[in-house]
Amino acid sequence: MTDLSFLFTQFLGGLTTAMFLFLIASGLSLVFGVMRVLNFAHGSFYMLGAYLAWQAVQWLSPLLESFWLAALFAALAVAVLGGLVERLLLRHMYGKEELYQLLLTYALVLILGDGAKAIWGTQQLSVSRPPILDGAIEMFGSVLPVYNLFIMLAGVAIALGGWLILARSSAGRMVRAAALDREMLGALGANVGALYTGMFMASSFLAGLSGALVTPIQSIVPGMDVEVIVEAFIVVVIGGLGSFWGTFWGSLIYGQVLSFGILIMPSFSLFSVFALMAVILIVRPWGLFGKPMR
Amino acid sequence: MKTNDLASRIPWTLVVFLAALVVPWLGSRYDIFLATQIAISGLFAVSLNLLLGTTGLVSFGHVAYFGIGAYVCGILMKTYEMPFSIALPAAALGAAFASLVFGFFCVRLTRIYFAMLSLAFSQIIWAIAYKWNDVTGGDQGLPDVPYPDLDWMNSIPLLGDLRIAGQFYVVTLVVVGLSLAAMRRIIHSPFGRMLTTIRENAERASAIGVDVRRYELAAFVVAGGFAGIAGALFGIFSRGVFSDYVFWPKSAEVMIMTILGGINHFWGPVVGAGTLVLLNQETTSYTEYWSFVLGTILLVLLFVFPGGIVGGLSAGFAWLRRKRKGVGSPEVGTAEPTRVEVKRA
Repeated sequence: MTDLSFLFTQFLGGLTTAMFLFLIASGLSLVFGVMRVLNFAHGSFYMLGAYLAWQAVQWLSPLLESFWLAALFAALAVAVLGGLVERLLLRHMYGKEELYQLLLTYALVLILGDGAKAIWGTQQLSVSRPPILDGAIEMFGSVLPVYNLFIMLAGVAIALGGWLILARSSAGRMVRAAALDREMLGALGANVGALYTGMFMASSFLAGLSGALVTPIQSIVPGMDVEVIVEAFIVVVIGGLGSFWGTFWGSLIYGQVLSFGILIMPSFSLFSVFALMAVILIVRPWGLFGKPMR
Repeated sequence: MKTNDLASRIPWTLVVFLAALVVPWLGSRYDIFLATQIAISGLFAVSLNLLLGTTGLVSFGHVAYFGIGAYVCGILMKTYEMPFSIALPAAALGAAFASLVFGFFCVRLTRIYFAMLSLAFSQIIWAIAYKWNDVTGGDQGLPDVPYPDLDWMNSIPLLGDLRIAGQFYVVTLVVVGLSLAAMRRIIHSPFGRMLTTIRENAERASAIGVDVRRYELAAFVVAGGFAGIAGALFGIFSRGVFSDYVFWPKSAEVMIMTILGGINHFWGPVVGAGTLVLLNQETTSYTEYWSFVLGTILLVLLFVFPGGIVGGLSAGFAWLRRKRKGVGSPEVGTAEPTRVEVKRA
């Protein structure tokens, strides 16, 4: 029985990782699906979300202890930054070679990374858990912190909410139309420019939010941006670049591979996830759940 | 350009090579350090440009082959105490072989997927380098890679006066010079012309019966092999090989070098490498925020000089020449760099 509960703990760990990554990767995938831009700076937005949440907690602390308010502030601030980036920089790169788009977002990685270092220094920062989510529960003999459970639920909620918006709302219809044929959508009178800005802001919001939500269980350090972006890339590649549900399943697979890969080959779990990414790109470049691009 | 003025008759390549060659005698130890770094980075950047500029393949994992070259050479020379004359070719072959295997899969994909797969492969190499303690030293790396045995130089006049770092610089310069000459020959050969044809219009190339994938794979292998040579030299130069060399931001760094110099010109990446190395040295003595500076340079580059330094200069010269002749024409082709006809180097 202990063996089974151990496996279950591993499974839960993988699930937490998965839902975290889904929060991050969903925005990345959305932007790629519609705008065909592979945004390296997504990881930097995530990092900024974490730092801003910490900052907001510091600012608020004399008045009230509200992690939630801080997280919301961080996500909104990152969304605004994302909007500015799209309007002022990225907009000029549409229709140019991928190389230039990639390098533009990489330039932001460099600038934002050092910017964060200049403002918040290089020491590790951390935020305490909101009291309501403190503690842990026991499930089939394994202990699960309540906060991790919250992350899982948040992931599922974002997945369902995102799917509802994309599938049912008129904004979602526009987004899907833009993914199919941007020019035609414009010709039909839709404001594609505003749609792109909105999309990019939504994606940045998700990145900032996930950065803020990670602070209670991971310390905030420089370099978290380049680390997470590679993980998010793996997730979206597994599921299919641009496929929303694909990203969801991709993160579940990634979480489990990482979690059980450590058991089987402790020193090669890193290797196994990259190998998985490579194999998927070779066999099905459009991912497990994506559709081939025309 | 068929101008018969003096400037075009001087063999600039030779002049630069000779100027670089006297650095160890006239320059300080610090100059030798910088010059070695520029030469190696230049070779690395030119090898990337064989893909980026000549063939139009956006490889985001070129650092993998640099790293493989560094590790193969480092392991052979340190662990197995093999001479440099064996370790260097082995590094080139090892890197070329890895690029053959990885490239085989990469060239089957198009555009963004090509970039992603090349990134994935380079991260696989990184994961191996980072974790395979017994062979690569893991996160500790492989310190104290020895200099090649250059005692034979001591009996040669002039060369004998140099310290080991200076002697190694001469070796580096010769290896880099030969590699660059070889790559130039390749780019200007019918094979290289075909690569450019593929870059310009892969569909048409394939329609006239060219096996596009095979050409792309060949370019990938050549580029990987020369990156391996650069890596081998760099491992010795920096007295050690570490897993950081293979981490993906390094791929971006060499890409920035290449673009900064200009991808439409053979010597562009060398200029970019030199500029970036010097700038890095200058900047880091004032501020620790080198990445910030680099990112800003990159932004300016993308928005103002998409053709890079050499692209901007040659456009400027073309404009001056036209102005002197009085044939005023505003069409200086800098806006769409990869579409501009490749300048004859």
